[in-house]
Amino acid sequence: MINTLFPNVDWPKMWEAALETLYMTAISTVLTAIFGLALGLLLFLTSPHQAWANKLANWLTGAFVNIFRSIPFIILIILLIPLTKFLVGTMRGPDAAFPALVIGAAPFYARMVLIGLREIDKGVLEAARSMGAKTSTIIWKVLLPESMPALVSGITVTCISLVGYTAMAGIIGAGGLGTLAFLDGFQRSREDVTLVATILILVLVFIIQWIGDIITTRIDKR
Amino acid sequence: MISLKDVSKKFKTKQGTIIAVDDVNLDIKQGEIFGIIGYSGAGKSTMIRLLNGLEKPTAGQIIVNGKEITSINEEKLRQVRHKVSMIFQHFNLLWSRTVAENIAFPLEIAGIPKEQRKARVNELIELVGLEGRGNYYPSQLSGGQKQRVGIARALANRPEVLLCDEATSALDPETTDSILDLLVSINEKLGLTIVLITHEMQVIQKICNRVAVMEGGQVVEEGDVLKVFQNPQQPITQKFVSQVSESAQAVQTIQNLVELYPHGKLIKLTFVGDQTEQPILSRLIKQFELEVNIVQGNISHTKSGAFGTLILQLDGDALAIDEAIRFIHEQKVSTEVINND
Repeated sequence: MINTLFPNVDWPKMWEAALETLYMTAISTVLTAIFGLALGLLLFLTSPHQAWANKLANWLTGAFVNIFRSIPFIILIILLIPLTKFLVGTMRGPDAAFPALVIGAAPFYARMVLIGLREIDKGVLEAARSMGAKTSTIIWKVLLPESMPALVSGITVTCISLVGYTAMAGIIGAGGLGTLAFLDGFQRSREDVTLVATILILVLVFIIQWIGDIITTRIDKR
Repeated sequence: MISLKDVSKKFKTKQGTIIAVDDVNLDIKQGEIFGIIGYSGAGKSTMIRLLNGLEKPTAGQIIVNGKEITSINEEKLRQVRHKVSMIFQHFNLLWSRTVAENIAFPLEIAGIPKEQRKARVNELIELVGLEGRGNYYPSQLSGGQKQRVGIARALANRPEVLLCDEATSALDPETTDSILDLLVSINEKLGLTIVLITHEMQVIQKICNRVAVMEGGQVVEEGDVLKVFQNPQQPITQKFVSQVSESAQAVQTIQNLVELYPHGKLIKLTFVGDQTEQPILSRLIKQFELEVNIVQGNISHTKSGAFGTLILQLDGDALAIDEAIRFIHEQKVSTEVINND
């Protein structure tokens, strides 16, 4: 039955591609979370009246974030080919996608981190300072926990964008469902392959959103 | 305990320089409850933040507990803050932490080991009357309970000074009373110095020993609460005092009183402290052949005693009236004759 509906689908290959997409999404999400948090915190802490208030640092970080957020991802991948070759050594396979994925998504997430941090009640920060807290204590025990629901829903959205980015990276040969849908499906006119790959990507996106929503509601004690 | 010498604080804004605190000198004694009252914009919020270094003065010296805090570095200032803690109008609790975890926060900052933290937190929960609420989140508490958590948190590192930033302004009158009672009890139990800012004279009246009145960044009047209440000098102080004693209302109606009671003499007695407990009125009636009529009266209770005013109409023989007034004088009650007929 399945074979008559999708005559051209090579299931073991499809499964392998799905795992590759999952792998790229998972690793790039973790890296994006780390770099995005660092950038977002830097943006926040260097802004006026904060612990590291510094106009130049704030401007530079802001400029970096804005530039890389504005470049369309497909162009970013091409621009980053030399960097990728230098870091990963090759342009093919899932690992080659990471530099572009992270540089494309981290600035996007940094903006969301900044929005989350700005929503924290200023009085709470003042209270922490009045207790004699160091900046590092304020980061780990106030800023991050108090903005956690925003940080989690932000990384959920970013993670979903990353699923899309991995598909685009697939076109230049990173592997995964994107490569399969494009090379095996689209270019050889096997619509059933494209359809199955798309459905799998959709399922992945729904699962990510569902998990993100559950975590966000569970940790929000406001 | 705390002394401010020629302290000024200016803020530069796009609209120009704002002088929030203007050449203030103050001495706050160990163990007292010192109130700073003023309308919003009077500079009192800035003033209280100078006392724990959240704001740095533009000029002058601030000495807290023998330490000059204006010139010390961040590291030392953080140490000072363990001993000078603060509570806030909007409580400023961390929503992500339970009551117990909120109270433990300053202990974590001070580097107290986990076991000791736990014991201390339980002590504090009991001290502020929040038994059984340790695992609640702030969102599950009422305003009064949140402020109790704020107080417990502020007391965690056994401070010597507690700064209260409009601590009761967001609470209803009944809850305000219970929080004020709690502040008085910890002031007595722990001997800690409390500095509070407020715009409500009731708060000053209820718990403060001394008060400073701020207007336009300056301290315009300062002294024992009882004295300030009894004899406010500045118009703004009179306005604040009238919030609680309604004496302004009394002044307004004196003209009416004179018209309403044309006979005899109207005299105003001002009682302070112990005198309010003496049975002056009944003695007056027993000893003198006079008609004594209470026209108006009011007694206010402050922390260091009660004070009040009483307006009496004395009618009868002119000589007897004079003798009666002399008698009241001998009781050391200040007397003022409002009219002669």
